[in-house]
Amino acid sequence: MFLTFVTFLPLLGAIGIAFLPEKDESLIKLTALGVAITDFLLSLVFYFNFDLTTPNMQFELSAVWIENWGVNFHVGLDGISLLLYIMTTFLTAICIVSVWTVKKRIKEYMMALLVLSTGMLGVFVALDLFMFYVFWELQLVPMYLIIGIWGGARRLYASIKFFLYTAFGSLLMLVAIIWMYQLHAEQTGIYTTDLMTITNNIDIPFGPQKWLFVAFFLAFAIKVPMFPFHTWLPDAHVEAPTAGSVILAGVLLKMGTYGFLRFNLPLFPYACNEFMPYVGWLAVVGIVYGAFVSMVQEDLKKLVAYSSVSHMGFVMLGIFAFNHYGIQGALIQNINHGISTSALFLLVGVIYDRRHTRMIKEFGGITNVMPKYAIIFMIVALSSIGLPGMNGFVGEFLILLGIFQADAFMAGVATTGVIFAACYILWMFQRVMFLKSNSPENAKLKDLDFREYAMLLPLVVLIFWIGLYPKPFMKTFDASVTHLISKVDPSNFKPKTHTEHADSGHAGKTEHKTEHKTEHKKESHSNAH
Amino acid sequence: MIAAPDIDLVSLAPVLTLSAFGFAVLIWDLFIGKDKTQLIYISLLGLFLTAVTAFSKSNLPVYSFTNSYVVDNLSVFCVIIFTLSSGLAILLSANYNPEKGIEIGEYYCLILFCTVGMIVLSSAVDLILIFLGIEVVSISLYVLAGIRRDDLKSNEAALKYFLLGAFASGFLLYGMSLIYGFTGTTNLKGIMAAISAMDGKDNSFLVLGCILFIVGFGFKVAAAPFHMWSPDVYQGAPSPITAFMAVGPKAASLVAMFRVFHTGIGGLDGSWEMPLAVVAVASMTLGNLGAIMQTNIKRLLAYSSISHVGYLLMAVIAKNSLASSSLLFYMLTYTFMVFGVFGIIIILGKKGDENLEIEGYCGLSNKYPLLALAMAMFMLSLGGLPPLAGFVAKFYVFSAVLKEGHTILVTIAVLNSVISFYYYLKIIVNMYFKDANQEFQPNFQPLTLLVVIIALVGILDLGIFPGPIISLAENASLF
Repeated sequence: MFLTFVTFLPLLGAIGIAFLPEKDESLIKLTALGVAITDFLLSLVFYFNFDLTTPNMQFELSAVWIENWGVNFHVGLDGISLLLYIMTTFLTAICIVSVWTVKKRIKEYMMALLVLSTGMLGVFVALDLFMFYVFWELQLVPMYLIIGIWGGARRLYASIKFFLYTAFGSLLMLVAIIWMYQLHAEQTGIYTTDLMTITNNIDIPFGPQKWLFVAFFLAFAIKVPMFPFHTWLPDAHVEAPTAGSVILAGVLLKMGTYGFLRFNLPLFPYACNEFMPYVGWLAVVGIVYGAFVSMVQEDLKKLVAYSSVSHMGFVMLGIFAFNHYGIQGALIQNINHGISTSALFLLVGVIYDRRHTRMIKEFGGITNVMPKYAIIFMIVALSSIGLPGMNGFVGEFLILLGIFQADAFMAGVATTGVIFAACYILWMFQRVMFLKSNSPENAKLKDLDFREYAMLLPLVVLIFWIGLYPKPFMKTFDASVTHLISKVDPSNFKPKTHTEHADSGHAGKTEHKTEHKTEHKKESHSNAH
Repeated sequence: MIAAPDIDLVSLAPVLTLSAFGFAVLIWDLFIGKDKTQLIYISLLGLFLTAVTAFSKSNLPVYSFTNSYVVDNLSVFCVIIFTLSSGLAILLSANYNPEKGIEIGEYYCLILFCTVGMIVLSSAVDLILIFLGIEVVSISLYVLAGIRRDDLKSNEAALKYFLLGAFASGFLLYGMSLIYGFTGTTNLKGIMAAISAMDGKDNSFLVLGCILFIVGFGFKVAAAPFHMWSPDVYQGAPSPITAFMAVGPKAASLVAMFRVFHTGIGGLDGSWEMPLAVVAVASMTLGNLGAIMQTNIKRLLAYSSISHVGYLLMAVIAKNSLASSSLLFYMLTYTFMVFGVFGIIIILGKKGDENLEIEGYCGLSNKYPLLALAMAMFMLSLGGLPPLAGFVAKFYVFSAVLKEGHTILVTIAVLNSVISFYYYLKIIVNMYFKDANQEFQPNFQPLTLLVVIIALVGILDLGIFPGPIISLAENASLF
C-alpha cells in the first residue's frame, strides 16, 4: 500500500497543482518541490527496510484490476528496481529545482514533470504485463509535451520522432504481451497478465521465443537506445529543455535496460543466449560509434547525447554478459550514467541560460570567469570518463570484467570506448574552459548561484560516494542478480522445454513441473464449467 | 404454403416503443412553432424508454417471427449502444441546429427511425430482415446527410451517399439472392444447415455470394476499398449527423455481418476470411495513410473512422468467444470518443464558419486549457494510448484475433496504430505547441458540454475500470 502511495504521490501533487491559481508562481513551485522532496524521502524508506537476502519482490501489493482478463494491480520492488526507483524520485526533485527560473507556463511544466514521475515510478514497480504497458505508455505523453512545449527550435520534429519511435517499439511489445497471455492461458487454463505467474509457469517453445524476444528487444532497444535505433535520441536531447534532457538521460533510458533485466532475461532465456553475440556486438558498435560521433559534435548537448549512446552500450554489454560481474556492473552503471549524464545536462543548461547558445566554438576561457562552475564540470566530466575514485569507474570496470569472461575479444573492442570517451570529453572541456575566447560576452558571465549549487552538489556527492564506497549501493542487487543469472543459465532452462533431452540430473525436477501444470489445467477446467 | 408468422410483440417492444415515439415527434411537430426544443425531450425520452424495455428482457435468447428475429444479449447490448449514440447525437443537435438554421422536426424523427432500423438490423437472423434493417437505416441517413437543403456540400454529401449506397444495396441483394438460390432459404440457421449438408459439392456461387456480401457491407461500413464516399459525406453532413453516422449504423452493420458470417455462412470455412482480412488490412492502411494528408478535421475523422472499421473487421474474422464481445466493447468506446470529439468541434464552431480546419486549433491550450486537454485525451484514446478506453478496446480486439492465431494481421494493425498516432498527434501539436492565429469564439452550450463530459467520463471509466462493461460484453458473446 505504501509503495502505491509513493508511486502515485506525484500524480496527486499534479492534480493538486491544477487547482492552484496560475498567477501565484512561487506557490506552485514550492508545492511541486515539496511533493517531489517528500516523495524522495518516502522512497528512501524502501531502501532502509529492504531485505538484502532475498531475490523476491518486496513491499508487494496485488489487487484485482480487470477481473475478466486476470489483470491485476500488482506492484513490488526487488534489487533490480529499488535503486532505479529511488533515483527517479531523486532526479524529479532535482529537475524541479532546475526549472525554477522558467517563465513559460510554469504551472503546466510542474504538472507535466510530476505526472511523468508517476509514470516512470509505475514502470519500475509494475509486476503485471498489462499494467506495465499502461505505465510504459503513460510516461510518453508528458515527456512528449515537455519536449514539444518547452523545447528548442526544432521541437515539433523532435517530439513527434520521440513519440513515434517509442510507440513503434512498444506496440510490437504489446503484440508479444498478448501472445504470451494467450499462450499462458492455453498452457495452464488461467487467464492472467501477472508477470510473476507467467514467468514461473509459462513454457515458451524455442521458435516463438525468438520472435517474442525480438518484439520486446525492439521496444527496449529503442528506449535504451542501442545502435542503430538511437537516431531519435540526439534530436530529442538537443530540442528538449534541460529538465527534459535530465529526465530523459537519467530515467527514461534506464527503462530500456530495466526492461531487458525484468522481461527478456527471465522470460526468454533461450533466445537471450541465442542472440547474445548479436546484441553484444550491437552494443560494442554503439560504444565505439557513439564515442566517435561525440568527438565531432559542435553542440554541447548533442555531444552529451551521443556519449549517452556510447555509455548505454556499456550497460547493454554488461547485461548480456549473463554473469555476476556484468549484470552488477550494468545495474550500477545505470545509476552512474543517470547521475553523471544528468549532471552534464544540468551544467550545459546552466551555461545555456547565460549565453543562449550551446555551440562549443562560442565558448572558451570559462575557467577565468566561472571557476566554481569549471571545477564541478571537471568532476562530472571525469566521472563520465570513468576515472578511478569516481562512480563511472566502478561500473565500467565491472562490466568489462564481466564481458571479458563471456567474450574476451568483445571486451577488447569495448575497452577502446573508454579511451575515446576520455578524448571527446577532455577535448570538449579544453575548448570550452581553457582556450581563449573570441566572444566578449564570455567575459562577464556570473558564476553558480545558490539554486544551481542546490541541484548540482547532491550529484557531485553521489559521484564520489559511489566511486569510493559503492557497497551501500551494490549490496541491494546482489540477491536479485544471482537469481537472474540462474534463470538465463543454459543448464537451467533447456530441460524444462525439451523433456526428452534432459540429462538425468534434472529429470526429477522437470517431471515435478509437468505434473504441477496438468493439475492446474484440471482445476481451471472445473472452474470453467 | 406460407405459414402465418408468429407475431411476438414482446420481442419487438423496443422497436415498437421507438417507432411510436418517432410518430409522436412527427405529429407533435405540427403543433409547435419554430422552436423544436420540445421534440428533443420527446426523442430523448423515447430513446431512454427503448433502452429500458430492451434491458429488462430476461430468458434470452428469444426467437420469433419464424426464426427470423432474435432478441439475445448481443442485440440488447447493441440497443444500449444505439440509443446512447442517438441520444448523444440529439443532444449535440440541440444547439447546433438552431444556429445552422436546421429547424425541421423531421430531423429528430429520422434519427429515431434510423435507430429503429439499427435495432432491427442487429436482431435480424434472416437475410430479408437484414436487408430491411439496412434500408431503413440507409434511407434515413440519406435524408439526414442532406438535411441542409441550401448548403451545397450537404447536397453533395446526400447525393453521393444515396447513389453509392444504392449501388451497395444492389450488391448486397445480389449476394443474398445467390446464397438463397444455393441454399433454398434466407434464414441464417437454415443456410448453415444447408451448407453443412452440402459437403463436397461445388460451392463457387456461394463463395461469390459471400464476396458480394462483403462488398455490400463494405460500402455500408465504409471499409476500404469501398470507402470513397465517406470523407465527402462526413464533411458535408451536419456535424451531429456525422458523429451519428460514424457510430450507430456502422455498429449495426458490423453486428449483422458478424451474425451472417458466423451463424449463416460460417460453415464455409476459409472462403470469406481471406477476403475479409484483405478488406480489414486495406481499411486500416488506406484509412490511416489518407488521414495523414487531411487538413479538415471532419475529413480526418472520416479517414480515421475507416481505419477503425479495419480494426473492427478483424474482430469479425476471429471466431472465438472474445470476438463479438470485443466488437461490442470497441463500438461502445468508439461511441464515446467520436461524440466527444464532435462535441468539441461544435463548441469551437463560429457563426457562419464551422472552423473545421486543423489550423484552427492552434494555441487552444493557452486560451482554453481544459478544452484542449479533453480534445487531447480523445485523440490519444482514438490512437489507443493507455489508460484510456481506446487502449482497452484495442487490447480486447487484438486478444481476440491473436487467440485465433492471426499474428501477422495483428502486427499489421499495430503498425497502423503507429501511423495513426502521427495524425492524432498533429492536432495535439497544434493545440499545445503552436501559437494561436485567430480569436477563439467557443460556444459553451450546456447540452453540448454535457455530451463532452459524458464522453470524457466514458473514456476514462472504460479505460481505468473496464471490468463491469467487459462482463456485460462477455455475456453478450455470440458463442
